[in-house]
Amino acid sequence: MDKFETIKGLVAPLFQANIDTDQIIPKQFLTRIERTGYGAFLFNDWRLNSDGSPKPNFVLNDQRYAGASILVAGANFGCGSSREHAPWSLLDYGFRVVIAPSFGDIFFNNSLKNGLLPVRLDEKIVNRLVEDTQTIDGYSLTIDLENKTVADASGVIATFEIDEFRRYCLLNGLDDIGLTLQHEEKITAFESKAGR
Amino acid sequence: MKTLYDKIWDRHLVHAEVGKPSLLYIDLHLIHEVTSPQAFEGLRLAGRKLRRPDLTFGTIDHAIPTVNRNLPFKDPIAAQQVATLRENCREFGVKLYDLDRIEQGIIHVFGPEQGLTHPGMTIVCGDSHTSTHGAFGALAFGIGTSEVEHVFATQCLQQDRAKNFRINVEGELPFGVTSKDIILGIINEIGANGGVGHVIEYAGSTIRDLSMEGRMTVCNMSIEGGAKAGLIAPDDTTFEYVSGKPFAPKGEDWERAVANWKTLTTDDGSHFDKIVDIDAAALEPFVTWGTSPDMSVKVSDNVPDLSHARDENEVRSFERMYQYMGLEPSQPIDKINIDRAFIGSCTNSRIEDLRDAAKVVKGYNISNRVNAMVVPGSMQIKRQAEEEGLARIFIDAGFEWRDAGCSMCLAMNEDILQPGERCASTSNRNFEGRQGRGGRTHLVSPIMAAAAAITGHFVDVRNWKFKD
Ligand code: SF4
Repeated sequence: MDKFETIKGLVAPLFQANIDTDQIIPKQFLTRIERTGYGAFLFNDWRLNSDGSPKPNFVLNDQRYAGASILVAGANFGCGSSREHAPWSLLDYGFRVVIAPSFGDIFFNNSLKNGLLPVRLDEKIVNRLVEDTQTIDGYSLTIDLENKTVADASGVIATFEIDEFRRYCLLNGLDDIGLTLQHEEKITAFESKAGR
Repeated sequence: MKTLYDKIWDRHLVHAEVGKPSLLYIDLHLIHEVTSPQAFEGLRLAGRKLRRPDLTFGTIDHAIPTVNRNLPFKDPIAAQQVATLRENCREFGVKLYDLDRIEQGIIHVFGPEQGLTHPGMTIVCGDSHTSTHGAFGALAFGIGTSEVEHVFATQCLQQDRAKNFRINVEGELPFGVTSKDIILGIINEIGANGGVGHVIEYAGSTIRDLSMEGRMTVCNMSIEGGAKAGLIAPDDTTFEYVSGKPFAPKGEDWERAVANWKTLTTDDGSHFDKIVDIDAAALEPFVTWGTSPDMSVKVSDNVPDLSHARDENEVRSFERMYQYMGLEPSQPIDKINIDRAFIGSCTNSRIEDLRDAAKVVKGYNISNRVNAMVVPGSMQIKRQAEEEGLARIFIDAGFEWRDAGCSMCLAMNEDILQPGERCASTSNRNFEGRQGRGGRTHLVSPIMAAAAAITGHFVDVRNWKFKD
């Protein structure tokens, strides 16, 4: 996993509640056995017509948001299935941060394990961010994981909570499996004690 | 005083440290073709071993055809994915129940049916509906592919403790109201994110009176209410179901196991972070009308109009749903015509579901406007239904009778809705495009789906004229 450093980037709004993983990456792309290359299929059915041409009304096809690395979305983002293809496709498309009032649990975990930062912010702030992306040209944010802040041109506008351990792993690009294997003896001891 | 969840948690704790997630031991790891290839690849790249192949079991369900599946797949990429699972299982020594086996089926039907699922276990699978196994009083939840790899390598997971949420359902279920309607009613009440961060324990007399099949239907959809997992304390119904299954404990081990399982109940006076009470007598058959599983109404109701939206955001989401679903506000539910009916998925494809649906179907033909199919949850169920004469009833009525798999629950194979087609479905997700791009899904119980297939539109199954 790459280390997560401070991200400064353009913000794209996708303001709907309950955006599920079937929308983020539709099932027809789940038969691939690779971990990479899913960006091309991100929001496929919303972003592209059946013939592969872009749908003009979809926000990610709006030139104003081309190259955005931060997505702002409605509550319960990433609900639905456990497919890790969802964060893979967001990352591959170029997103590093998703901001929403709440997230589906499995998506939240999957994101952290891949270096995509899910930021929970109060609904009021999210509403305001969405408005700013629509009214201010080139609206950008700086997400500072070290200090847990979200800033725009006017300065820090919000702070966010994140589990300390997760923050530490993201900042240092640490591998979960390596960390768990440090407790190998305890795992073995548990197995013999519990008869497994 | 501990809840059932707390007890299972404590019994599986390998390591805990302040400020870090705990390390939880995993008793059973189920795998399928879609979410495992990248995890096996990860092991290989890191030169790691699969720690406990003996606690890992696989079957094939998501991307496979449900007709002529002994022929080469039409989709070469799906074929490669299945071939990859076979190779991986061989290389790492995992038992795989392949397409030629009677045990093959949807992973969450397969586990309980083989007796792999026991009360008090921790069970994971790279699939969100792993919550199904909670019906046995096992802590079971879906994980992503990185976590699948983590379990492969360590047989443990890093976890934070969830909150406790209790849902009490009390009273006798009215005629025509099923376990599916209980869970649709619950999700309608708590919302699609009402359970986020929580493990739900379902309790109360209505839950106690359900069969294991019914309990699995309820726990299956816990994730649709956002919950990490769903649990039902094990009792005699549970023990009876597990007893004699291929992987159930035998002889003295069985006695010991049952004595242990009997301790798996929530202590009186335990703390719950959230409690919701549901009156079974007030439930009706539910039909979803929108593209989120909490967007449901009772069959006697209408599609809600905008006055039912709670705020601005919901007004916009209602408008989006009317358009996507091709519905009018205030349209009566029983005036909605359907094109397709799907009886299947890990929610409702067990023998009891098929028996109930067959009772409705018996003596009728499906509407000539409707294309309908039954996809049993496992090949074993398929055979049993054929032996019991259920298959004949479905086939005579005009249903297609398929081989086991996920099929049109997520439409990764050829079983797929065309744009604009409307389906009465016994599955668990009505998301946009879930059953095919532009497809319109209404979630219902098996008896409601069967009745709709016959009449060509939704009907209140409580008034059904059974021909028997
Ligand atoms: S039947 Fe549907 S919900 Fe169940 S495991 Fe298969 S795809 Fe997932």
